[in-house]
Formats: sequence, C-alpha cells, structure tokens
Amino acid sequence: MAEVQIKNYTLNFGPQHPAAHGVLRMVMELDGEIVERIDPHIGLLHRGTEKLIEHKTYMQAMPYFDRLDYVAAMSQEHAFVLAAEKLLDCEVPERAQYIRVLFSEISRVLNHIMNVCAQAMDVGATTPMLWAFVERETLMEFYERASGARMHAAYFRVGGVHQDIPEALENDIRTFIEHFPSVLADVEALLTENRIFKQRNVDIGIVSQEEAMAWGFSGVMLRSTGLPWDLRKAEPYDVYGKMDFDIPVGLNGDCFDRYLMRMEEMRQSLKIMTQCLDQMPKGPVLSTDPKVAPPRRAAMKTSMEALINHFKHYTEGVRVPEGETYTAVEAPKGEFGVYLVSDGSSKPYRCKIRAPGFAHLQGMDFLTKGHMLADASAILGSLDIVFGEVDR
Amino acid sequence: MDEALKELGEHIAAELSTAVISTDVARGELIVEVRADVVDEVMAFLRNDSNCKFQVLCDVCGVDYPSRAKRFDVVYNLLSLKHNQRIIVKAQTDARTPVPSVVSLFPAANWFERETWDMYGIMFAGHPDLRRMLTDYGFEGHPLRKDFPLTGYVEVRYSEDEKRVLYEPVKLTQEFRKFDFESPWEGTDYVLPGDEKAEGQG
Repeated sequence: MAEVQIKNYTLNFGPQHPAAHGVLRMVMELDGEIVERIDPHIGLLHRGTEKLIEHKTYMQAMPYFDRLDYVAAMSQEHAFVLAAEKLLDCEVPERAQYIRVLFSEISRVLNHIMNVCAQAMDVGATTPMLWAFVERETLMEFYERASGARMHAAYFRVGGVHQDIPEALENDIRTFIEHFPSVLADVEALLTENRIFKQRNVDIGIVSQEEAMAWGFSGVMLRSTGLPWDLRKAEPYDVYGKMDFDIPVGLNGDCFDRYLMRMEEMRQSLKIMTQCLDQMPKGPVLSTDPKVAPPRRAAMKTSMEALINHFKHYTEGVRVPEGETYTAVEAPKGEFGVYLVSDGSSKPYRCKIRAPGFAHLQGMDFLTKGHMLADASAILGSLDIVFGEVDR
Repeated sequence: MDEALKELGEHIAAELSTAVISTDVARGELIVEVRADVVDEVMAFLRNDSNCKFQVLCDVCGVDYPSRAKRFDVVYNLLSLKHNQRIIVKAQTDARTPVPSVVSLFPAANWFERETWDMYGIMFAGHPDLRRMLTDYGFEGHPLRKDFPLTGYVEVRYSEDEKRVLYEPVKLTQEFRKFDFESPWEGTDYVLPGDEKAEGQG
C-alpha cells in the first residue's frame, strides 16, 4: 500500500464554545485526535479596566474589581483595598477585617462550587451543577444582604467595609455552614468514585513542581503539585493569621487532584467562616479616620464638618501618598495581585492587575500537548478560567 | 521583615554592583532598580542565587511616565517560595530601546511581555513570539500609554447592509468629561470653569 501523507489538522475552538468558559478562541494543531499545539487567543473580553482605573478615584475604581473574576467578586476587591490601605498606611477596625475574611471565604465557596460543577459538566455530568447551584444562590443572597447586590457587590472599602452586616445574617450563615457539608457529600458521591469522571480526569493535565513555578502558577494549580503554598498562611492578611485551617495539597498534580482539593478547600472555608462568626467583635466596620473613609451617613446628616468631609470624599476622593506596592491575596483561583502606583493624587497612577487565570491559561499549551482533543476541555475546566480576569 | 529585606537588597547590590542602580525598602517591600540592558542577567541571578531563589515570576508590567527621557518603567514582580519573600525589579527604557526578554528563564514571562508590548509598545529583545495579546486583531497604538485617550480612536459596529463589522473613528455624542476635583487652593495648573476671562486680567 502506498504511504499516505497525513497533514496536521488545524482546528479553531471558540470564541463561542460551551466548554470555553467564556470567550476564548484557541487555535489547535491536531495530529489525528492528539493535540500537538494550542495557541489561545485571548482579549475578546478586554475592557481596558486598568486604563479606566487610572481615570477614577480609588473609591470609584473599586467596583471594577467585582467585574474581573465575577464568580468570586469580593476576593478581588480585597486585593485592591489591601493595596490602597498599604499605601495609605491606615488602620482597619477589627470587625471589618473579620467581615472581609468571612466574605472572602464565601467567595471561595462560590467560586469552587462554580468550578467543580462546571468541570464536571465539561466531562459530561450535569447533576452536580443543578444541585450545588441551589447553594450558590443562597451564598449570593448573603452577598445581597450585606451589600445589596448578588454579584457585583462593591462592598469592601479602603479602610473597612461599606456597612455592617445585618444581625440575622450571622445566624443564616451558620445554618448554611451546618447544611452545606451534606450537599458537598452528595456531589462527592456523584463524582469522586464515578468511573467516567475518573477516566476523564485522573492523570490528565499533570503539572510538576518545576513547571508550576516556572509558569507562574499559583493557588490550587501550584498546590496540586504538593507544594503547601497559600498566601493566607505565607503572608497572612487581615485576620487570617488568627484562623485555624488546613491547606489541602495534591499528590499527582492532575485534574482529579485539583477537583479533590477544591472540595476540601470548601470544607476548610466553612471552618474559617465559623471561626469568623465566633470571634467577630462588635464595633465600627469602617475606618473612623476622616482622611481615609467618608463619615457615616447619620453623622453626615447632623454635622457640618462631616458633610464637607463626605463631599470631599465623593468628589475629590482620598489622596494617597506617593509610592508603589505589589499586594496579593489568595483568591480562589490563585494569587491575585495588584501592583498599585500612586503619584500622590486621588487617582491611581497605575494599577496593574495580576490575574491568576492569565498565567494558568498560558500553560494550556504544555498541559494539553500529547493529550486527546476531548481532554482539552477537561484541562481547561480544571484550570479554573474566568475571562473577566484573564482579559481584564 | 524589613531588616531581612534590607540585607537581601545589600546582598543583591553587592553581587551585581554594575547592574543595580538603587535598592529601597518601603512598606515591607524591596524595590530594586536596575539597568535595562542587563535585566536578563539580573533575573538569572535572582532566580539561581541561593539567598534569593526568586523562582516564580508573578508579573511583568509597564508604567508610563511621558515626561521622562526614558519614559517607561518595566516592572518585574518576583516571588521566592523558599524564603517567602517578594521583590520588585524595575528598569527604565524608552519606546525604541528593547529590553532583553526573560522568557528563556521564566516561561511565564511570555504572555506578560506580550501584554506589556501590546499595552505600552515596550520591545523585548529575544522574545520568541511578540504578538499583541489583549487588543483586537489589527489594532493600532498602545492603549495604556498616558497619551492614548481613554475613549480610543476607533469604534466598531455591525453593518446590516454590508454584513460585516465596520471600524469607524470614534464619534462622541458628548465631549468626554474630565472631572477634576483637585483642590484649586493647592496649586493646580488648570483653569476653573468660568475663570477663563479672569485669566487675562490677572
């Protein structure tokens, strides 16, 4: 038989594809069904967040961070307010720190529910999505009761949080913490020992420690290689230093490990949330320094000075001393960093957003090389990509 | 914390005396300014030296200072998992002088440098694939430069007649409003609305 010349096949994936988790275009080079090379084309959701922030005061810039990783909005806000607080060198009331940690952990659960279920859906399981999204809705209601918005909360402020949480909310969060492990167990019963789920995830998309470090991976992607690196432990911010929790690490660095770790991280988040609720003191939730935060609304209605102060905050904004900082938080997806440069005015001179998903998506090429085409969606699912933060 | 960083800064300055311009520790962060033409050597040292071990490149970005002769800062954020330390490395360059790429040291730099090129037009010598990253196919200009207007130059719409996406110059129905609330008592250099006539009299 004459030898047949087989040419590599180039496939265009996306920009609109249910497994793309948003708007991702990937040019794939295939040898039969084996992926040889992947070239992700990103930027389809680029909104110029960094440019916009340069034209806004610090308070106006903050809500843009909800719109980066819209699956876990408050974690991003956390990074920005911490960076601005570092430049301002201001004190944050303890209650505010607890509330911020509490809501950062709620965000983590929000994110992991979304990711685990979407990953399951990418490999063919629809039920977890339907079950767990009931809980996700409950968490979004917590968001709403604290901030007034289900998704784009704009709740954190430089110097604290916007408002105190309603009293009844604490009890409802406790009820949720009691009830949620049973849902996790249900989802695990569907997935962990499921033959199809394991076949699609075990030994797929393996990352080694060296690779993870060289490619700038963070969060679950880095920990799945066995490195216990978590910024909540390594550089504790707010009250994370007082919290008692464990960091799950992976053994093999494959997609299945990452799924297991996310399930465990949700349990640890519940633990942190309980501790927050138990330890949370009473007191102010926003810095009382008039140079940092606007006055409370009641004060504004009765005091002339407070009214003037309020006006200055909402027009000129806070003047932040000259300087620069790189501040990172352990967002659910990994290290979310803000490199903030201030020129002494009330608007950031430069605000570079370091999104974990950007670095992870870059690794798509080497992670997928040699795998089957169908594995590409499983790997993409376990990378935890949200285009709001990748494209900014 | 600050002491350890100060020591580390001195160590780096001593080892790389020709490359390092200045070291500074502020707010618990070490900022090292280096010469742009030897960035790759500095980064190799920071990655391999046993006192540094900055093996994770978190971020590369640009900052634009249009008034300076070398208008751009290229900023590298590095993290050492071993010593739990961070470092900010800065180098100055202009729109014509390329900075040596660090992709061969840190594969992660690939996209970060592409993005910096896209946003600022900073060139990286030795980069394997310096394409645009986030902007549209065929985009012109570098949007994060300070002289690039916030509203941009072109807008797109889908034309039902031609059945394709059209690129047109930006038409603003209302002039872009710049809310400048800097206190007029603190030496601002702009004219307050309504004060235009008073300027000539004074």
